[in-house]
Parts: sequence; structure tokens; C-alpha cells
Amino acid sequence: MSISDKKRYERPMIKKMEAGVPNKFGLRSEYTPMQEIDGVSIKQLLKDYGTPVFVLSETTIRSTFQKAKKAFTTRYPKVQFAWSYKTNYLDAVCKVFHQEGSWAEVVSGFEYDKAINNGVSGKKIIFNGPDKTENDLVKAINNESLIHIDHLDELYLLIEIADKLNVRPKVAIRVNMDTGVYPMWDRFGFNYENGQAWDAINKIMRSGKMELMGLHTHIGTFMLSPNAYAIAASKLADLAISLEQKYNHKVKYIDMGGGFASKNTLKGAYLPGTDTNPSFDDFAESITTALLNANFKSDEMPLLILETGRALIDEAGYLLGTVIANKRASTGKRLTIMDIGVNILFTAFWYDHKITPAQPFTHYTEETAIYGPLCMNIDVIRENINLPLLNKGDNMVVHYVGAYNMTQWMQFITLRPKVVLIDTNGTPHVIRENETNETITSLEKTPQHLSSFNL
Amino acid sequence: MKLKPNIAVSESGFVFNPATGESFTLNPIGAEIIAKIHEGLDYSEISEWVKKEYTTDEATFERDFNDFVGQLKINGLFEKSKNEEKA
Ligand SMILES: Cc1ncc(COP(=O)(O)O)c(C=O)c1O
Repeated sequence: MSISDKKRYERPMIKKMEAGVPNKFGLRSEYTPMQEIDGVSIKQLLKDYGTPVFVLSETTIRSTFQKAKKAFTTRYPKVQFAWSYKTNYLDAVCKVFHQEGSWAEVVSGFEYDKAINNGVSGKKIIFNGPDKTENDLVKAINNESLIHIDHLDELYLLIEIADKLNVRPKVAIRVNMDTGVYPMWDRFGFNYENGQAWDAINKIMRSGKMELMGLHTHIGTFMLSPNAYAIAASKLADLAISLEQKYNHKVKYIDMGGGFASKNTLKGAYLPGTDTNPSFDDFAESITTALLNANFKSDEMPLLILETGRALIDEAGYLLGTVIANKRASTGKRLTIMDIGVNILFTAFWYDHKITPAQPFTHYTEETAIYGPLCMNIDVIRENINLPLLNKGDNMVVHYVGAYNMTQWMQFITLRPKVVLIDTNGTPHVIRENETNETITSLEKTPQHLSSFNL
Repeated sequence: MKLKPNIAVSESGFVFNPATGESFTLNPIGAEIIAKIHEGLDYSEISEWVKKEYTTDEATFERDFNDFVGQLKINGLFEKSKNEEKA
């Protein structure tokens, strides 16, 4: 019998039947194999770019963005998205968003420079975050960027710089508030309920040194409640209207920040996020209704800015990897070790990521835990997942990984892999090379007295 | 290596243990291996047969076979003969 006549090998498996106990995982389509991304074979991608490898679909980025944009522009006259750099600041990714019309939203000098280097005009950069240095602020003021003030120390520093340079910074304040969602994000910005926000507005208006352009909030991340956005939008609208009454000053925009949940499934959730998480339409309906119902004159509606991050990119990202080994725990539980660890899949701490095989299998499945290759107990990718009978060398696809992984990944024990973008014609491009030993050691310096030893 | 005598094995991959009332499902290769064990074949005979029929190698199959037999034992489907315990 030649190899080609042989049947595909599968591990022998026995499973106890538990009558009357529906399998929690049985309804999921997790073991439907995924063999292609945008028409490109996953096996070929792994062959060409190594394992593991991140793959992004430009088609999905653009279509997701269009869906989000449509949800808002069909309900509200003036809408502007600003790409949240921290979510994924690979230049190629940022530029897809900029081509789609997104401004840049940055939270550090590093991100600010990245946006400038990507060719974004200073006027279209929103500068958030608590840690802007004096240099950062001077640069942002000179570029006429929108500086979102986080705390009073920053406000005073801005007044000082404005005096010194005789310039008029364009600013907004970040407002935090009770939206009925806990824990409340009150670490950033000025509180609405206790009057801090008014205090900051008064200081800005009385100083006469700054141009108060807008009001900003970011109420949290992976929010599952559209109603929280309705509350936040009404509170910002109230502030804007009172501000006009008090100072006869109209803000140009209301910035609702980011935070919409993506299609991921939070750890411990019973149903998959694809079935339960609110859509762009749900969030848009809440926000725009609140703004349209506020007492703005109909021809003076403020621009609505959105800094949506994860919901715009999670779905476009895949992480492809390979099974290293199968084991059994002392309890008899099946364990699968993959070459994907929490070092590159940081979001495994928050999500039960959807994972599917990259090759066909029989319908026989087994409950398994998936571990990464790091020598650490915390390196768990899925505690419990029903998967086909995987063999060493089989390939797997982790879904919805586009947000935060390519910015929060760690260089620990091993090197970070390549990132590939499949363009809208189905052509893959490496958009970030894998690291090499040289990448890491080139930053190190060894003092002379440590240069040699005898063992 | 011997299944308990009262264990019922069906060709379609079901195993029933009348002593405990427990049922089990097997995948096709698992069912075939159980049948071979039932017929009295030993590991090397089973391994020869699997390598002829399936795309696998000795090292992979040996590991998977030991794991499978471990599961049969944990589920109480194997006879614990004196010989077995010594082996
Ligand atoms: C100020 C600000 N805007 C936007 C975002 C993007 O949030 P998300 O990815 O949850 O949409 C964040 C993330 O924390 C943020 O801090």
C-alpha cells in the first residue's frame, strides 16, 4: 500500500457519554476548519512566513470601518473617526484607516510622532493621555493639534507654555462620569458629577489663553451597554449647552472616545460574543439619539468624534500557529501545547478566543486545554475548548486578535513573529518583520570587565 | 492487555459496560483498535496494522496507543489480571 492509499491518521479516542448533560461547547462552530483567509491558503501563509504568524485582512478592516461609519453617518450629520493608535499602531494598519478618512488619536509622544511620520496633518491629531511632556505639548501646539487635557497640572502647564510662546493651544477636556457602568473610569480627566469638569472649563475660559474646541470622554473599554453611551452623550451635551449659555462659546465637537465591544467572548461569558455583543448600529443609535435630543440648534450640531479601537480591528486579525505536543494532566485531562503563548496573545487574559483548526478533521472532538510554549503557569490560551483530535504539527487559527496584541505583546523567552497584511486583491505583504537575536542584543551593552570569563 | 469479559463493543463505535451502566463512544480508529484488543492482538501486531492502514509512524502511534489504553483503564474497561499488574 502506498502512502497515498492510506487513511488520514487520527488519534484513537474514547469518550464517556453523559446522558442528559448538554455539552456547553457543543453548539459552537469552533471545530469547523478554516483553511483560507481572503482566498489565501493558511498552510501557504505558514510555509512562507513561519509559525506563529499574525495575519490581517485589509478587506475586513475596510468593510468593518465602512459598517461603523455608515451606522453613524446615517443617523447624524457630522461624524469623524480618529484611529486609536494604541489599538494597533503598525504603520500599514494606521494608513488603511487614514485612507478611509480617520484622523489619528494618540496617547504619547511616541504615538504622536508615529502619526506625524505617517503623514497625518497636525490639525487632525487628537492628543490624549495623562503623560504629555512639555516638549510633546510644544510640538502639538505648534502643529495645531487637538490637546485633550487630562488633569489640572497639564492645564497649568499649557497656560504657562501659551504665555511663553505667545500661542493659543487648541484644547478639549476629558470628562469622566457615572454612566451606570462599574467600575467607573474616574482616573482620567475631570469628573462631571463633582464639578471638577466645570472647574476646568472655568479655568480655561477665564484664562483666555486657550481655544476650547471640544469635550471628550472615554467611558471604558469592551463596553456591552449602549445605554451607558446615551448617558455619557447627554451629559457632555448638557455641559456644552451650559457652556454656551455661560460664556457664549460654542464647542466644535463632542468626542465620545472608544470602547465598543468587538466580536470576542469575554472569559466566563456563557454565549459567544458574536451572538450577544451590541452592534455598531446599537451604539450609534444610543449616542446619536442623545445628541439629537439635546438642545443644540439644528444647524449648530457639534461634530461627533469617535475613537473606536478594538471593534474596528479585532475581526480583521488572525494568529496562525502550530501544535507542539499533546499531553495528559495528572487528572486525565487533555492538554495541547501550541507555539502561541500569552507573550504574543496578550488578549488571552481577557477573552476566550475562538480557535479553529486549519485542516479538515472528523467530527470527533475532545475537551482540551490549550497552553502556550512559555515556561510559566499563566501561559494559558484556553482553559477549556472542544476541538478535534489534534496531532503534533497540525495548524490552528486564533480569531479576532487584531486589537492590542500587536502593541501589548512582550518579548519574553522568544522573538516576536512576522505580521502579514493581505491586501484587497488577495496579495500578502509583510508589514512587520519577525525579530531576530540581533534586534534584541543590538540594544544591549556589556561593560568591559564582563567581557570574558573562564568556566 | 484484556478487556473485561462482559464489556459490549459494537462495530459502530459504542462501548457499554453493563457492570456500571456507562456507555462510551469511540472514533473509528479507536473502535478498530478495541476490536483488535478484543481479538487478542498485542501492541506490536496492532501497531503493524495501524502503520499499514494509516499515515502515521511508530513514535506517534506508540504514544497515542499508550494514552488510549490509559483512558480505557481509567474508565474501568480493562481486566486487571495478575500478569498485567506485573508487566
Ligand atoms: C482615550 C481613548 N480613546 C480610545 C480608546 C480605544 O478604545 P477601544 O479599543 O476600547 O475602542 C482608548 C483605549 O483605552 C482610550 O484610552
